[in-house]
Amino acid sequence: MTRLNINGKTINVTADPEMPLLWVLRDVVGMTGTKFGCGAALCGACTVHLDGAPVRSCQTPLSAVGTAAVTTIEGLSASPIGRKLQDAWVTLDVPQCGYCQAGQLMSAAALLKETPKPTDADIDAAMNGNLCRCATYIRIRAAIKQAAGVTA
Amino acid sequence: MITLSRRNLLVAGALTTGGLWLGYAPAEAATTGGLNPWVRIAPDGIVTILAHNPEIGQGIKTSIPMLVAEELDVDWTQVRIEQAIADSKIYGRQVAGGSMATTLQYDALRRVGAGARAMLVAAAAQQWSVPAADLTTASGSVRHAASGRTASYGSLVALAATLPAPAAESLVLKDPKTFKLVGKPIAGVDNRAIVTGKPLFGIDTVLPGMKFAVFHKCPVFGGTVAKADLNAAKSLSGVRDAFIVPGTGGIEGLVAGVAIVADSFWAANRAREALAVEWTPGSGATQSSPGFAAEAAARAKSPAQKVITNEGDSAAALKAAAKTVKADYAYPFLAHAPLEPMNCTARVTGNKVEIWAPTQNPENGRQLVAKSLGIPETDITVHMMRCGGGFGRRLQNEYMAEAAWIARAAGVPVKLVWTREDDMTQGNLRPGGFHHFEAGLDAAGKVTAWTDHFVSYGADGEFVRAAGIDATQFPARFIPNFRLDASLLPLKVPTGFLRAPANNAFGFVMQGFIDELAEAANADPLAFRQALLGDARLVGEAGKRDSYDAGRMRAVLDKAAAMARWGRKLSPRSGLGIAFHFSHLGYFANVIEANVDKDGGVRVAKVWVAGDVGRQIVNPSGALNQVQGSVLDAIGAALGLAITIKDGAIVQQNFGEYPIMRMADAPPVEVAFITSDNNPTGLGEPAYPSVAPALAGAIFAATGIRLRQLPFEAAQLKA
Ligand code: FES
Ligand code: FES
Repeated sequence: MTRLNINGKTINVTADPEMPLLWVLRDVVGMTGTKFGCGAALCGACTVHLDGAPVRSCQTPLSAVGTAAVTTIEGLSASPIGRKLQDAWVTLDVPQCGYCQAGQLMSAAALLKETPKPTDADIDAAMNGNLCRCATYIRIRAAIKQAAGVTA
Repeated sequence: MITLSRRNLLVAGALTTGGLWLGYAPAEAATTGGLNPWVRIAPDGIVTILAHNPEIGQGIKTSIPMLVAEELDVDWTQVRIEQAIADSKIYGRQVAGGSMATTLQYDALRRVGAGARAMLVAAAAQQWSVPAADLTTASGSVRHAASGRTASYGSLVALAATLPAPAAESLVLKDPKTFKLVGKPIAGVDNRAIVTGKPLFGIDTVLPGMKFAVFHKCPVFGGTVAKADLNAAKSLSGVRDAFIVPGTGGIEGLVAGVAIVADSFWAANRAREALAVEWTPGSGATQSSPGFAAEAAARAKSPAQKVITNEGDSAAALKAAAKTVKADYAYPFLAHAPLEPMNCTARVTGNKVEIWAPTQNPENGRQLVAKSLGIPETDITVHMMRCGGGFGRRLQNEYMAEAAWIARAAGVPVKLVWTREDDMTQGNLRPGGFHHFEAGLDAAGKVTAWTDHFVSYGADGEFVRAAGIDATQFPARFIPNFRLDASLLPLKVPTGFLRAPANNAFGFVMQGFIDELAEAANADPLAFRQALLGDARLVGEAGKRDSYDAGRMRAVLDKAAAMARWGRKLSPRSGLGIAFHFSHLGYFANVIEANVDKDGGVRVAKVWVAGDVGRQIVNPSGALNQVQGSVLDAIGAALGLAITIKDGAIVQQNFGEYPIMRMADAPPVEVAFITSDNNPTGLGEPAYPSVAPALAGAIFAATGIRLRQLPFEAAQLKA
């Protein structure tokens, strides 16, 4: 049994220590907000935070999580940055299919935590690991800026 | 399809919870309809509208209910949206494809709202003993101006539910000038659920007692299992079962493979490494992309197998031409690669199969499941789940047949998930193709002849799915002597429709060659195109899907040029390119500004797009998102995407070898819509085809290098 701290709650899971956190979340804990896109650190759909830092959960074995606080999209509203980003995403109508957006939001939240007033280059650097097959990049950029209160 | 209204009647009645329902039913079943009403109005005034089409990111779950709410005259805040199940008897065509939904269902959907509104008005008229004609509606209330009385819809539903449904054709629809909702930007109805990680997508489905499955197939299409030792895989922890699925033969549908069922996707997928499978490869094991290219080049030298269209006398016109131009164009296979991989959840209870699937074509899936499992279609229920992207891939539903088969064989509900590698290597590709052009210009630089020997894929004179070309593809009908021929290469890879099917490639080759003709005529690419389009007129038969309105195209072309300030001077190794394309009833033109660095790297600085999709943009927010997404998608594909075949199998495995555009490469895309008095059409597709040729034109302007093959290679563009 492994004890995890997910979105501020303690959750005990029974799973192979090699199982990536993505599948622990989705298939063992039953939290499906974190998405599977590539399984190879190429798309960012599975991005979660470990102690506030963005990681690709498809590449993070359960054994590597330890006592780190796991934040997933389901817990993003707990932080003011997270709420601001979510509101910007909704009002600017960012999603098309929406499948990548959990990962996009988690990467954006990590960016704004480190860099509250990001430049375009900061945004490119922080977001380039997150694919959006629907190519909503223009609105993702605008929503990050709106949430950060920086003008285009 | 819901074509009003010989076959479908409006039907209405009382909800068991109190309240009014209304929907369409086939004429023969009008009295039993209503189990799946299209709209429900509760006594508290909340309006529930069923979204009947698959949502793949095109925004249909928002835009079509907007039409119903508009005519019903309720505020959007009163509206709730529910996803309908798949039932074409009630909902008509439930397909996300061809940008058809808006066109086909525009007025039919408005009549759902207008019908419910008419019943509420009739109820108020009865209650107040006043003529219905004296009543008006707004924001979910009926008002009698003369007496100042108002009644909320909620207070009227009980009485309204006792009244007969109106005849659909008797309903008077709103004057679009009075629209309050349609034409306003409305955010997607699932946005909040998306940004908070609520289960929405097919892959999020969880059933009690469900297990997880993977399906391991032969990399060569049509391969079958010769021998398999499943013991090692079965003995791994978490694995519940592993078995061979014989498949139903052929290269598509339910093909042969090995299913693994486990406690988690990860456990199932890990067990694949322990499988020892010997395949009998399919008949396409010798096919390869270089082989196709060589065959196509050889075919081009022989007479074509098939004439698509032949107007005038192109041979004579070429002979008489002052100047002739020859060029060969090619484009590769493409994968759809929606970010949510193919997946499906299935449960078999007795004879009944229940399916939860991200699908663009649920009825097609139901038919395939029925055929693959040998059961009647009526025993299959299909729940349409939100799709994490479609792009046409989910018009084919083999994953539904696989999940149903595996669930039945395993005796437990299963969620089948394909890996990204499965998704990329298991087909339904956009077919590649080869065009061999020759055209003639007269002394004034006017195109007098155009020939194209199109080498594509197919057999026995029939193109494979999504490879065919239409006889009216521009510039057909705009050049007096025009000949389009085709030859077909056999293909053992399943193909499918990709966003703006066929047009996604034809736009590039036709407009690309037009640029070359402009150069040969010493003409500006814009002026040359204006001359080619000629006077504003309708070419073809009015009302036909392939009729071509030269005036509408000219308007978007001129608009895009003006937006981009066409003709301005740019710095060295920068250039502007322009192109237009008509498809899916939409007219689009765009200008691209691109810069090419010394190493041949292409950077798109900006894109200006003008489009005409008829008299009404239903949801401007969704519309802009679709057009920007289409443009970026097309740029990404032009700059780096290709699927290649080697030994009958797909080479590319994941996003490393199939580099979808990333954020840093996404330029600004400015979009203008021109409204014209024509039926509205969808926006998921028509902005795509004109992008690659405009980019090729910009690169030519920047470097003098003509690109005739997709994707564009940096190596060709080095300074
Ligand atoms: S699923 Fe983890 S990066 Fe794509
Ligand atoms: S919105 Fe579809 S992948 Fe990003």
